[in-house]
Amino acid sequence: MVILADLPYWAATAIKTGVILGVVPVSALVLGYVFLMKTMAHMQSRLGPMEPGGFHGWYQLIGDGIKFIQKEDIIPTQADRAIFAMAPAVVLVSTFLLFVVIPAGPDLVVEDLDAGIFYALAVSSLSVLGILMAGWASANKYSLIGALRAAGQLIAYELPLVLAVVGVVMEAGTMSLQGIVRFQQHGGVFGWHGIGDPFILTQLPGFLIFLVAAQAELTQAPFDMPLAESELVAGYTTEYTGFRFLFFYMAETATAFALAAIAATLFLGGWAVPWVHGTVANVLGPVVLGAKVMTVAFLIYWIRFTYPRLREDQLQAVAWKFLIPLSLLNILVTAVFKVAY
Amino acid sequence: MPDIPGQGLIKGLGVTLRTMLKPAVTTQYPKEKEAPAIRSRGVIALHEGNCTVCMLCARSCPDWCIYIEGHKEKAPPRRAGGRPRQVNALDRFDIDYALCMYCGICVDVCPFDALFWSPEYEYSEWKIADLLHDKDRLGEWMDTVPEPPPLEVGAQAAKK
Repeated sequence: MVILADLPYWAATAIKTGVILGVVPVSALVLGYVFLMKTMAHMQSRLGPMEPGGFHGWYQLIGDGIKFIQKEDIIPTQADRAIFAMAPAVVLVSTFLLFVVIPAGPDLVVEDLDAGIFYALAVSSLSVLGILMAGWASANKYSLIGALRAAGQLIAYELPLVLAVVGVVMEAGTMSLQGIVRFQQHGGVFGWHGIGDPFILTQLPGFLIFLVAAQAELTQAPFDMPLAESELVAGYTTEYTGFRFLFFYMAETATAFALAAIAATLFLGGWAVPWVHGTVANVLGPVVLGAKVMTVAFLIYWIRFTYPRLREDQLQAVAWKFLIPLSLLNILVTAVFKVAY
Repeated sequence: MPDIPGQGLIKGLGVTLRTMLKPAVTTQYPKEKEAPAIRSRGVIALHEGNCTVCMLCARSCPDWCIYIEGHKEKAPPRRAGGRPRQVNALDRFDIDYALCMYCGICVDVCPFDALFWSPEYEYSEWKIADLLHDKDRLGEWMDTVPEPPPLEVGAQAAKK
């Protein structure tokens, strides 16, 4: 954050940490309420929570959170206590780290890393570690199967996720998320500079691949085999109770927000609005980014609430036989156009 | 329409989207109410005067939720100089709605039209014991029992 440049290092760091600590739960609550409760309910011709808090049950999730915190923290006798206790935190930390590089305005970014998108994809795969720790330490066969499924799935879908981003990085010529946003604001579609170049126009296959892969990364239906409740009880979260369970769910929902934000930044132009710069962009940026994030998140949850779960081999087939070749082709075509223009 | 690969996926998304845009079917019960169907099985009403304490309902009840007690009485003879008649008087007729599963066998089995279905359904209680309705409470439901359906053309009217 450029605004914080005058402050001493410790103060700036404290503020940045505070922002992240605030944004993650709020984003999880917003997505959880808007999509997991309300959109899902209406897609199933229900109303969802209506009573808590008075207005359309807005307080429901906060109340759920308080309930989770009050619950007993049960650790199975056979569990590896230290690892078991640490696992949800590892998953949540990966989510926290993900929010660091997401820009919400020209000056509104916690840390604009040069390798921003590389960093984001790297820390997002950190959650696999936490999931494996949870599954292994639970000393429960369902947890272990769920964790191994999650590991296999996240590794398989990390690849198309990264490859889909490669096209964007090639076109923008930078890995910094701010740089990518600026390129989209100023660039042009094949020489036409009307509204800049939101990469969804030139990288549509990349956007679609990214969405599918993000769906799998978030272990959302139709790719929710790690949690498959009809097969594995609750996958790697089977043995978790109370606030540790809450951590997993907060991490999942907040990561959905983060990945939607990254998708919005990479493909929809992020905080940028054509011809808007400076302070106005700083004010308008979070709103614009928020709208775009909600749009992408709606797509993610819409797919989640519509499709049934795939089979484990179908899941792997979609990644290795379809998405990865398609994303490689996308890179090839992007490279050709990059050289030609 | 020819088969396009993945058209089913798009159709599925269409279904959820359309459902989302339509108003939900949920009725916010205590705030708004749906009128139940006229002959819905809400509660069982007792027409005390028709009951002969024959116990058929209590015996046919799968849950044993009907409690009947009665005693024999001498009623005045029909004709002058005749023997006094022996009739059953009803002392207690309770239905425990905490047990009742609304099968309606008692209503079907009653040979003297003493039991009726009423569509009323709002009689929940704070204490489970209060769900035991005595014969006065069951009698109050009689006001809410709908008229029997009209007889078919040519049917023989019931004897009084």
